[in-house]
Amino acid sequence: MSVAEKLIALDPLALRADFPILAERIHSKPLAYLDNAATAQKPQAVIDAVTEYYTHMNANVHRGVHQLSERATAAYEGAREKLARFVNAASPREVVFTRGTTEAINLVAQSFVRPKLKPGDEVLVSTMEHHSNIVPWQLVCEQTGAKLVAAPINERGELLLDEFEKLINERTRFIGIVHVSNALGTVNPVRKIIDMAHARGIAVLVDGAQAVPHARVDVQVLDADFYALSGHKMYAPTGIGALIAKAEHLEAMPPWQGGGEMIRMVRFDRSIWNDIPHKFEAGTPNIAGAAGLGAAIDYLEAVGMDRIAAYEAELLDWATRRLEQVAGLRIVGTARDKAGVISFMLDGVHPHDIGTIVDTHGVAIRTGHHCAMPVMEFFNVPATARASIAFYNTREDIERLAAALEDCRRMLA
Amino acid sequence: MDLKDLYQDLIVDHNRRPRNFRRMPDANRVAEGFNPLCGDKLTLYLKLDGGTISDVSFEGSGCAISVASASLLTERLKGATVEEAEALFADMIPLLTGKLPENAPREHFRKLAALEGVKEYPSRVKCASLSWHTLEAALKNAGQPVTTE
Repeated sequence: MSVAEKLIALDPLALRADFPILAERIHSKPLAYLDNAATAQKPQAVIDAVTEYYTHMNANVHRGVHQLSERATAAYEGAREKLARFVNAASPREVVFTRGTTEAINLVAQSFVRPKLKPGDEVLVSTMEHHSNIVPWQLVCEQTGAKLVAAPINERGELLLDEFEKLINERTRFIGIVHVSNALGTVNPVRKIIDMAHARGIAVLVDGAQAVPHARVDVQVLDADFYALSGHKMYAPTGIGALIAKAEHLEAMPPWQGGGEMIRMVRFDRSIWNDIPHKFEAGTPNIAGAAGLGAAIDYLEAVGMDRIAAYEAELLDWATRRLEQVAGLRIVGTARDKAGVISFMLDGVHPHDIGTIVDTHGVAIRTGHHCAMPVMEFFNVPATARASIAFYNTREDIERLAAALEDCRRMLA
Repeated sequence: MDLKDLYQDLIVDHNRRPRNFRRMPDANRVAEGFNPLCGDKLTLYLKLDGGTISDVSFEGSGCAISVASASLLTERLKGATVEEAEALFADMIPLLTGKLPENAPREHFRKLAALEGVKEYPSRVKCASLSWHTLEAALKNAGQPVTTE
């Protein structure tokens, strides 16, 4: 049965069979994996692509004239073309491979933004950013004397768009905004924000780490100057991700890291940089990771991003209503437009204890500050418990979480 | 691995009703502890009378393990000598990490022995050890807050 046929049959159970780790037993119980916002599990096709690469293709890219190097280069550049098509970048030249979202944001901070900043200038982000879309800007502000400004959110965990717009002023040099919040699940109106910014001549970076796995993303429709993503959250290996950037920006930016691969010619008096995107890929890249990412994209396209979005929206809605029935449970982050994430508190039980107790039921969730300490501060909680879903999750996974939470209450509340 | 070894009745009870949970305005040693991973925060107050801990209390918020650990610590150390507290600290960390030799004496732990269950849960050891590291800071009177990282 093809992947597409499985989904027509609306059978997430059949898709689960593509993910070998979901058959693991945890403390002698079946695994209910609800920590997908931390990292998604890998289908056999991705695992096979990595094995296939090391078994039949391993060589360095863009170097040798020998057959293996040709194969490795084809796998690596093939993945770039697939990713460009997947997010509708104007060209594969606009896809820079990085270790992940974090490295992509740091690249933009140092190479695009830093040369533009003067003391008193401002970089604008939101309160709901992941630390990876806060700290790189703090570093660049420290280096230049610029100021980092955070736009407020409301009690539902939604961005206050009017307030955001008011914070854009003649000192604003750059805007970073998360597409989908990893701590709250909020989907931000990034297209509107980009329009506001472009009307004032300001470029925008979108942190898309939590968006790309859940819905179709079109960087040209968004008109994003920079769009950062991580492979491992979209069913690909860890250590591979990308910065999708407009070619005009990449052409104008100085290299970030120096080394092999990113140069055309090196002399001691001066060197000439390679073309984009290679100018930003110093050193031997994560070729196996890229091959895995290519396989993950093939898999996601076969399942269909629209079908994934529809299934997950329905499951998120059902899970929200089901968990609200658990006595003492309060959801943190109730935005009208949400994806993938339910963050919550349970009366009388600290999130850390929830994590340990539900684990003994075979249920994997995340507990802590989710690398979003300002969000925790806003909601005045030390930490939350977070269930995050993927298309291979079912109502049964949620039922098992709910039962495990009842156990938490019995034991500790 | 049985959850009951971790969340023993004694620990659940000390979490629900922490002992010596109060600010101590006339403390002569105060230290703060912080576990950035889970947001646990506590302040430990000591009143030292010569070489004796005449009073000890704590405030803060945290998971059941960290609250119970701090509560049990205060109960155990009230009236103890500083020397005894230092010796207990030296033994508590091996107890919590499973590194205490089989034949090592254990009587001096008294109720603190209930915390030994965390050794099976590596991610929770820091919860149980936070109050003890904070105690060490208070005894050394180091001004810096301690963290588990």
